[in-house]
Amino acid sequence: MTTFLGMPATAPRGVGHLRGDEPFPRAAHTALADGQLRRNLRHATTTIRAKSGRVIAELPDWQELRSAGSAIKADVLSRLPELLERLEARVTERGGVVHWAADANEANAIVTELVRRTGAERVIKVKSMATQEIALNEALEAAGIQPVETDLAELIVQLGQDRPSHILVPAIHRNRSEIRDIFLRAMPGVDPGLTDDPPALAAAARRYLRETFLSTRVAISGANFGIAETGTLAVVESEGNGRMCLTLPETLITVMGIEKVVPAWTDLEVFLQLLPRASTGERMNPYTTMWTGVTPGDGPQNFHLVLLDNGRSAVLADRVGRQALHCIRCSACLNVCPVYERTGGHAYGSVYPGPIGAVLSPQLTGVEDNASLPFASSLCGACFDACPVKIDIPSILVHLRNQAPHPPAEKAVMRAAAYAMSRPRLYARAQRAAKLARIAGRRGRALPPPLSGWTAARDLPEVPRQTFRDWWAAR
Amino acid sequence: MSSKDVILGRVRAALRDTPTPEPVVRDYRRSFPAADLELLVDRLVDYRATVHRVAADAVAASVSGITGGTVVVPPGLPLGWRPPGALPDDGLAPDRIAAADAVLTAAAVAVAETGTIVLDASPDQGRRIITLLPDVHIVVLRPDQVVASVPEAVARLDPARPLTWISGPSATSDIELNRVEGVHGPRHLHVLLLER
Repeated sequence: MTTFLGMPATAPRGVGHLRGDEPFPRAAHTALADGQLRRNLRHATTTIRAKSGRVIAELPDWQELRSAGSAIKADVLSRLPELLERLEARVTERGGVVHWAADANEANAIVTELVRRTGAERVIKVKSMATQEIALNEALEAAGIQPVETDLAELIVQLGQDRPSHILVPAIHRNRSEIRDIFLRAMPGVDPGLTDDPPALAAAARRYLRETFLSTRVAISGANFGIAETGTLAVVESEGNGRMCLTLPETLITVMGIEKVVPAWTDLEVFLQLLPRASTGERMNPYTTMWTGVTPGDGPQNFHLVLLDNGRSAVLADRVGRQALHCIRCSACLNVCPVYERTGGHAYGSVYPGPIGAVLSPQLTGVEDNASLPFASSLCGACFDACPVKIDIPSILVHLRNQAPHPPAEKAVMRAAAYAMSRPRLYARAQRAAKLARIAGRRGRALPPPLSGWTAARDLPEVPRQTFRDWWAAR
Repeated sequence: MSSKDVILGRVRAALRDTPTPEPVVRDYRRSFPAADLELLVDRLVDYRATVHRVAADAVAASVSGITGGTVVVPPGLPLGWRPPGALPDDGLAPDRIAAADAVLTAAAVAVAETGTIVLDASPDQGRRIITLLPDVHIVVLRPDQVVASVPEAVARLDPARPLTWISGPSATSDIELNRVEGVHGPRHLHVLLLER
C-alpha cells in the first residue's frame, strides 16, 4: 500500500476497535433482549443526567462557555498544522520526545518499541480512549508486555474480559453485584468475603493495584488537552490512578489524538469548566494533573508524546463532519440519548458509542465500514443540546446517511416517489390508489417485500379515509 | 518521508477549503467579586473534605489533633507549621512515603466556586509523590490564595510547573455512576483555612 502525501486517510482495517462484528440493528436486537442491561443503563444514565443538570444550572454563563468552547475548537481545527508543530517544539524544549503516528499500526509499534527499550515487562495505564481505539493493549500483549488498566471501570472490563460500553464509565453496563462477581472470579488475592457495597469494591481495587503502582516503571496515558503555547499536557480523572501513573514511573508515554491540541494556556479556563460538569456531573473532578515535559526530581524523567492521526485527517476533510473533532469525550450525549439508554454501548461496535460514536466512528473508518451507525438515532436532538462544545450531531448524522450505501429497491421507490410528487395529477391518482390499501390490505402496519425493511422498525401510518384533495373538493 | 510530513500533509489537504471560523468570543464571566470563603468551605465539605478554621500559629497543634502518626512535610514548609516528629522529604523512597500516616503541605491557589485546591510543587508543597501515597492529606490555605473562579486560578498559575488540581478526596463514579470516595489517592482531605 502506498501512502500519498496530502491524501487524508481513514483508519486502517484489521487493527483497533472502531468497527463492530455486526451491523447496529442486529447487535441492538441482542442488547434489547437483556433486561438486566437495560435496568443498569437506565439507572446509571438517569443518575448522571440529574447530577449534571444540577451543577450546570449553577453556572449563569453555561451557554457562553459552550459557545467559547466550540469556537476555540473550530479555531484549532482551522490551524491544526501550526498548533501541532508549536506543541512539538514546546514539549521538546522541556525535555520530552514527540513521535508522530499516521495510524494505529504505527502508534502501536512506536509505543511497543519505547516500552521494550526500557526493559519493562509490565506497564500501568490511565484510562485512554485513544489507546482503546488503536487496541494498544492487544499489541503490547503480543509483544509479551502486560498492560494493567488502573481506572476502576477499565479494570472491571479487563478482569471481566469484556468490552468497554461507555466513554466515561466503560463498565456502565455492570451493576454492583456483577462487579463483585467479576472481582471474586478474576482479581488475584481478593477477599472471598467481598460485598457489593461500592466503597468495599473501590477498596478492593485500591489494595489490588497499590503494589503494582509502586513497582511498575512505565506508564501509558492519553491526554485531555495539549497546550500548544506552553507544551503542557493535562489529564482529568477521579480516582488518583491517573496521578499514580503520571507521577510514580520512570517513563511516561502519552498517546494523544491530533485534535486534542488547544492553542493557549488561558483556553483551559473554558474547558475545565465545561468538562467535569458535562461529564461526571461534578463542579470539578477530584484530580487533574498538568505537566510540561520533564521536571527534574519530580515525576517521570523520560516523557514521550505520540501524536495520532488514525483517520482524524479524513474527518477533518469533511466540511460538515469535521466538527465531530471538537469532542472532548465527556459522554454527555450518551447519557441523554434514548437509543443509547436502551441498547448500551456494545451495539455500536466501536469504542466510541452513542451519538458521538455514530458520527465519529463512520468518519474515522469511512462510512462504508460503519454504514449502519448514522441510522442509530431518532434524530431527537438531545445530544446537540447536551454537548458542551455544541457539536451539531443530528446534522452530521443526516449528512452521513446521505453518504451511506442505500439498497437499490429503496432508490427505485424514492425515484418513483419523486417522479409522482412532481406531477400533481399523477400524485392525486396515487393518493386515491393508496386508499385501496385500506380495503385490499389488512396487512397490519407493515409493507410487503422488498419494502419490508422500512417497516421492520416502524409502523406504517394508517391511510386516511379521505385524501386532503377529496376533502377540499367536497367541502 | 517522515510520518510527521505525512500527517501534516494530510491535515493541510483536509483544510484545502481554508475554513475561517468565527472569532472566539469570550463573553463568559471573566471578572469576579472577591472570593467567598464561606462558599469555598461549603464546596469543600460537599465533596467530603474536612475544613478547619485555624489561626496561623495553631497549624502544628491542629495537625497533631488530626493525626498522631508520621507526617511527611515538604522541605520548604514553614518550620512553625510542622508537628513534632514531622518527616521532611529529602528525597524519601516511595515506600517510606507510602508508610507515613499523613502529608502536610501548603497550596498555590484555591477555587471557591468548585472547591478546588491547586498544588504547584513549590518548596512548601513539594514533589507530587508526597501528596499521593499517604492516606491523609492536610493542606494549609491562606485566605489570599482563594479566588472565586476557575479563570482566576488559571491566570494565577504557572504552566511550567507540575500542577495538581484537587477537589475533595479520591473518588470514583464508576459503580452505577454514584460518587464513592476513596480509591487510589488520599482517602481523607483536611483543609486548614487560616484566619485572616
